[in-house]
Amino acid sequence: MSRRGHLVGEFFMTGDEACAEGAINAGCRFFAGYPITPATEIAERMSERLPEVGGIYIQMEDELASMAAILGASWGGVKAMTATSGPGFSLMMENIGLGVMSETPCVVVNIQRAGPSTGLPTLTGQGDMMQARWGSHGCYSIIALSPNSPQELYDLTIRAFNLSERYRIPVLVMSEAATGHMYEKVVMPPVSEIEITPRRKPTVSPEEYLPFKPDSDLVPPMANAGEGYRFHVTGLTHDERGYPAMTVEAQDKLIRRLVDKIERNRDEIIELEEDGIDGAEVVVCSYGISARVSLIAIERAREEGIRVGLLRLITVWPFPEDRIRGISRQVKAFIVPEINYGQVALEVERCAGGRAKTILVSHMGGRVHNPESILDAIKQAVK
Amino acid sequence: MSKVTRHNEEHPLDAYLRVDRLPHIWCPGCGLGLILNCFLRGLLKSGLALDKVAVVSGIGCAGRAAGYIKLDSFHTTHGRAIPFATGLKLANPELKVVVFSGDGDLVAIGGNHLIHAARRNIDMTVLCANNFNYGMTGGQLGPTTPLTARTTTSRMGNIDMPFNIPYLVAASGAVYVARWTTAQVRRLEKTITEALLKKGFSLVEVISPCPTYYGRMNNQATGLGQMKYYRDSSITKQGISPKYADIEFNGQIVVGKFVDIERS
Repeated sequence: MSRRGHLVGEFFMTGDEACAEGAINAGCRFFAGYPITPATEIAERMSERLPEVGGIYIQMEDELASMAAILGASWGGVKAMTATSGPGFSLMMENIGLGVMSETPCVVVNIQRAGPSTGLPTLTGQGDMMQARWGSHGCYSIIALSPNSPQELYDLTIRAFNLSERYRIPVLVMSEAATGHMYEKVVMPPVSEIEITPRRKPTVSPEEYLPFKPDSDLVPPMANAGEGYRFHVTGLTHDERGYPAMTVEAQDKLIRRLVDKIERNRDEIIELEEDGIDGAEVVVCSYGISARVSLIAIERAREEGIRVGLLRLITVWPFPEDRIRGISRQVKAFIVPEINYGQVALEVERCAGGRAKTILVSHMGGRVHNPESILDAIKQAVK
Repeated sequence: MSKVTRHNEEHPLDAYLRVDRLPHIWCPGCGLGLILNCFLRGLLKSGLALDKVAVVSGIGCAGRAAGYIKLDSFHTTHGRAIPFATGLKLANPELKVVVFSGDGDLVAIGGNHLIHAARRNIDMTVLCANNFNYGMTGGQLGPTTPLTARTTTSRMGNIDMPFNIPYLVAASGAVYVARWTTAQVRRLEKTITEALLKKGFSLVEVISPCPTYYGRMNNQATGLGQMKYYRDSSITKQGISPKYADIEFNGQIVVGKFVDIERS
């Protein structure tokens, strides 16, 4: 087999394949996974491509193991990823929590299908958005990105790795079957032009190193195993030494920091696409494939003279609360199309705070929205 | 927590322990201290570079071991120490990765990972402390509880056949498999050194007292009583097929090294 190394140039490929190439170009050299539709192609691509760039692919016995293995690999000093869909995402939840608690950089891709349970395994859905936010037990904040094309699956997988290293947290790429299985042009620049966030390493001796003592931005530098720091990592509540600390005070200090390191850095994390929001009567707020389908409805509404804007959530978590609060003062309503029975719409409604209406355009999954349903909602809103 | 006066200021293994975390949480009479002691002595004898040794634990009493060892150490989720360790080892093959955990963690909730790591012959050493029950949660039935033994969830006696751990991992492909009790510390220490130096998947099961729960409910109410039972009832059968490495309820415990083979 020829060793292709990093891909550069223009390619015609699926979102799943683009995701794998994005990971490789971001420096990912470890993938642990388990086959599941519609994310299997990411594992297949990684199993072929990682050996070509000196990386390791391992097929684990289940998704519990896959998630545990990427955490271990990350502590071994290698950028690591797994990819799955609904049922596998459910199985990963406990160890995503360990990743949050132990501040382990890694990337988890969820190519969503329609659920609950086995649901519609081969067909699209966006029903895991709240699970992404809250699915592991306890109180924490997380980062989740939502691509709307194979190109963005490539771009956002790179960004996910950068954010995971920057904030020491599992970053979730929340795509869906419609995008993962979509063939489209994907442009990959030379690796030298890709901005890569390196792991923040300790600058003190092993004797002075406190593995969970944060810098001023609340993120602690990270030593890898085998570097002589002889540190301890636990999923228990812990102090700056990493030692278990079973007190109310330690819990308060740690959990506030884990949440605040994300929430206080929202401006750097949150990425939005906006179009025609100034002067709009109504704004469509959506993400992923649903935001893309909305473009058709928005175009038709504008042809009919309705002033409608688009707010596309490229970052879904942390939620862009301030921006939605701001827009809610200028518009009559938010239209929220999503392929579930109302998840992100609840957040929009919360932030709109009664100043603007929130109109959910739901779809139970299996297909993307008919743009007519979104157009109807836009028309209703401006009546 | 009350202050504990230590009669000797120095312990020979202090340099390898997080002494600022002592006293440990284990009950009087528990075997985990012995196993930790044997592990550290066996590790030092192995000559492995300590900066390149990482210890991974799951959840439970034995899961706390990693936190007392002054090496790179990881206290992970219940049952997932082995897949975590698999990722760690594959990411950095220079590391010697040791999983130190208990029977419930490794063989019940983590049982699938145990057999698959053995099947893949992942280069790691698993130390499995087996006290026949879930100690951390108060003495419930486990996958290793002997037939008819009483626990807080088998008050009338266990009706399910327990796993024979050496037989299970040997059948799954492990290249080195041994069992001792905490009454055979010299042999345990020597075995740990051998297991650490063995390339491939090695597992050492250590039968370990839990007087607080298992022992109290099964006529061995003290750690000393359990140790005497181990001493009197252990039968060494080196090299036998682990299929015949039986553990009878309050009866004989077959110990020894059962598997030491080469495979890819």
